[in-house]
Amino acid sequence: MSFETAGYQLAPVLPEIVLAIGAMALLMLGAYRGQGTTSAVTSLAVVLLVVVGVLEYMLPAGKQVTFGGSFIVDDFARFMKILALIGSAVTLVLSTEFLSDPSRRIFEYAILVLLSTLGMMVLISAGDLISLYLGLELMSLALYVVAASNRDNAKSTEAGLKYFVLGALSSGMLLYGASLIYGFTGTVSFTGIAAAATVSNVGLLFGLVFLLVGLCFKVSAVPFHMWTPDVYEGAPTPVTAFFASAPKVAALAVFTRVTLTAFPGIVSQWQQILVFVSIASMALGSFAAIGQTNIKRLMAYSSIGHMGFALVGLASGTVEGAQGVLMYIVIYVAMTLGSFSIILAMRRNGQAVEQISDFAGLSRTNPLLAFMFAMLLFSLAGIPPLAGFFAKWYVFVAAIKANLFTLAVVGVLTSVVGCYYYLSIVKTMYFDEPAGQVDPVRIEVRTVLAVAGLFNILFALFAGPVVSVASAAAKSLF
Amino acid sequence: MTTWPILSVTTFLPLVGALIVYLSRGDDEAAKRNSRWIALWTTLITFAVSVILVMRFDPSNPDFQFVEKANWLATGITYHMGVDGISLPLVILTTAVMPFCIIASWKAITNRVREYMMAFLILETLMIGTFSALDLVLFYLFFEGGLIPMFLIIGVWGGPRRVYASFKFFLYTLLGSVLMLLAIMALYWNGGTTDIPTLMHTAVPRNLQTWAWLAFFASFAVKMPMWPVHTWLPDAHVEAPTAGSVVLAAILLKMGGYGFLRFSLPMFPLASHDFAPLIFTLSAIAIIYTSLVALMQEDMKKLIAYSSVAHMGFVTMGIFAGTMQGVAGGVFQMISHGIVSGALFLCVGVVYDRLHTREIAAYGGLVNRMPLYAMTFMVFTMANVGLPGTSGFVGEFMTLLGTFKVSIPTAFFATFGVILSAAYALWLYRKVVFGALVKPSLASMKDLTFRECLTLFPMIALTILFGVYPKPVLDMSAASVQQLVNNYNTAVTAVKAAALLH
Repeated sequence: MSFETAGYQLAPVLPEIVLAIGAMALLMLGAYRGQGTTSAVTSLAVVLLVVVGVLEYMLPAGKQVTFGGSFIVDDFARFMKILALIGSAVTLVLSTEFLSDPSRRIFEYAILVLLSTLGMMVLISAGDLISLYLGLELMSLALYVVAASNRDNAKSTEAGLKYFVLGALSSGMLLYGASLIYGFTGTVSFTGIAAAATVSNVGLLFGLVFLLVGLCFKVSAVPFHMWTPDVYEGAPTPVTAFFASAPKVAALAVFTRVTLTAFPGIVSQWQQILVFVSIASMALGSFAAIGQTNIKRLMAYSSIGHMGFALVGLASGTVEGAQGVLMYIVIYVAMTLGSFSIILAMRRNGQAVEQISDFAGLSRTNPLLAFMFAMLLFSLAGIPPLAGFFAKWYVFVAAIKANLFTLAVVGVLTSVVGCYYYLSIVKTMYFDEPAGQVDPVRIEVRTVLAVAGLFNILFALFAGPVVSVASAAAKSLF
Repeated sequence: MTTWPILSVTTFLPLVGALIVYLSRGDDEAAKRNSRWIALWTTLITFAVSVILVMRFDPSNPDFQFVEKANWLATGITYHMGVDGISLPLVILTTAVMPFCIIASWKAITNRVREYMMAFLILETLMIGTFSALDLVLFYLFFEGGLIPMFLIIGVWGGPRRVYASFKFFLYTLLGSVLMLLAIMALYWNGGTTDIPTLMHTAVPRNLQTWAWLAFFASFAVKMPMWPVHTWLPDAHVEAPTAGSVVLAAILLKMGGYGFLRFSLPMFPLASHDFAPLIFTLSAIAIIYTSLVALMQEDMKKLIAYSSVAHMGFVTMGIFAGTMQGVAGGVFQMISHGIVSGALFLCVGVVYDRLHTREIAAYGGLVNRMPLYAMTFMVFTMANVGLPGTSGFVGEFMTLLGTFKVSIPTAFFATFGVILSAAYALWLYRKVVFGALVKPSLASMKDLTFRECLTLFPMIALTILFGVYPKPVLDMSAASVQQLVNNYNTAVTAVKAAALLH
């Protein structure tokens, strides 16, 4: 992309600029007015995210490139950014309860979420390896701090530290891969790499592998998943909800964009890696989750499995595959936010409960909550007519078209295994004797749950429009 | 012809009923009573609407009728509904059996009645949808969706080993079905659509036929269930509440047979022909082996469950014979078995409600205290045996007749099933009903109540009516079956002729 045509317009970056300035302004507000402003800053941050989302939606259609090709705004980027913004905004809403505790009045929390979201947006729009790395680091650094935001809790601190050390390692690998790719192609822009990439360029392939390792870490795909269960369990629940939603969107988006736009000529090279990674993730996600007793750890393994399913779509390397990834991530975010709002709602005598056994008999003490969770679990298991089925349909249909039959068969079989532990939770809620009353659920949690739950149950009714939007977004990558 | 989407109305009416049950409020007892009545009325109205379907149905037209089509998912996956002579009888069977299920649960279910009724109504929507969907994705949606309410019905209202049974039921069925899902995807890319009528006329390459047939077989064989993947059925039957067993035996098992008729034969005729010996073998084994197993049972429900597997063996055998008599007999046997096995489970429910055990040894001499019950139970036992004059005879006879033309050994072995079924069914009947009434626990047994008569007597009427005059069912399905058999034979002979030329 030459200087003249690409230009350096600021219009396509407007949402990011607004978000950055807004985050700074809120930081000033918090810094000068003190911790008493926590709830105001959090609310304003949600408003800011909504405004940015609207701006993103109102950007002119079609592909725009700025900063000399470093920053791409196309249908795909818009789709993923709005989804990431929704994820961030919803988790901020879900954090209200967590932040209301006097010992945890930390306004920085919302600022960090905003900055992390800014990183995600840069990441999603990255058009070269430099902006990819910048976005990734901005996102991750904020996440490390957020993970440790429950300062007095040893587990939370441990989660933050663990995430930081392993995250830094993966960033290093990614950077190493990026420098190899640059060294062997002479360019950092994705289009330039695509033009230079050939199967015989062994140095480039090494770089590709390291790059993929870094990305696999971010989406927590096996074998780079080790941090996930510990961080999910240790971090405060709203933070876990955040980790499971928005950053996954961004990481999966950049994963898709890098593989499909920077290495379209050597699909066969990265396809084998992705096939392995997704089979390993699906299998580990299904089998390892069976033994879990903590619901957040279980959700961690479940998310590992789900990333494996999403990568099935990517492994096919086709436009259908990209569409599958988009469908999967939309539905995954809805299911995850719904599930975490249930976990947040599970409080007894003012204390959050996280053991699966605490869900016993929920269908009698709080039938609506139990019903919603059951539907979300069936959806996570991929049982029709719930949303999760459509997610699986679109990734596997792409894999079948790309003749990846082994991958597809292993995938659906592991989904049956995965079904077992989702069913076990349904069993605990519906077949077992009640373990005690649940506290009344806060209004914001109820709202999120209602929206996510209805999206999930009624998805079949409005699947058509979602599919066509995802299809358009997927086409913009090719 | 129709100005309103009558088929969709039939399908989704129960769902509306479930919503009304959910919205109904009131104190404990009133809420229970309300939900029972709402559920009953919903199923009755649904049945009434489905009767309109029968009246407007044109039996001479072999194609799909009451067709509805609307955009759904992009490109080739649409909301497409319709029934033909093969699916309509099953739709009617569903709508007809459901009110009996609700009545049978009237007194037997006392806890969480609202949820129970909602689960049944949702299940009815999904079952009707399965039989009337004309798009593979839509079909799969209904087909698999039915697992959720059935899982809860067995698990929440079931017997002591309900958790094991419900998990086994769910995972077993799902395992078979996910493979079918992959085959559906392959068919989608082959034909560019998941529209069933279009796919029926789309040539499927031989190789794909084989794989897709096996994948569909994995799903339907489990659902049917065929030997050796039938082991979930006795567990599910034993643990499920009475109405759950009735639905399971009368309707859910028919989805397997329906699947073979709707997909395997028309879409993969060559693979069906290739694999017919496999089906024949499995059917013959199922008929003899499970009949022998039934002889050994000590639990009434388990015995009937094994006999269901044997009877389904006749259905698969008839279907894959690919002859007019075989296929028509298979359809008839499905309807007949739906009525008879459903009624048998109701009969077990009658005594279970009184004594809370299903042990055969706990009963004996019931005829002395319950003459009406003895008479009712006898009719269904005889129908289960396949006595001429009952509907059970017609189905078994026709499937055997159809199979004789194709494979004499299969028919020969299958005929033993008729004898064995007489052995176990009469043995059960003698143990439970005849003899002297010596057990003190039975001394205060009451005969059938009015409510129980209400569920059982219409079924007696149907069993005998279809036994002596099977024409209504056979006529309804004749044209569609004829077209199916013709297409199947054309495809098979074309390949044989081509093979001869080489």
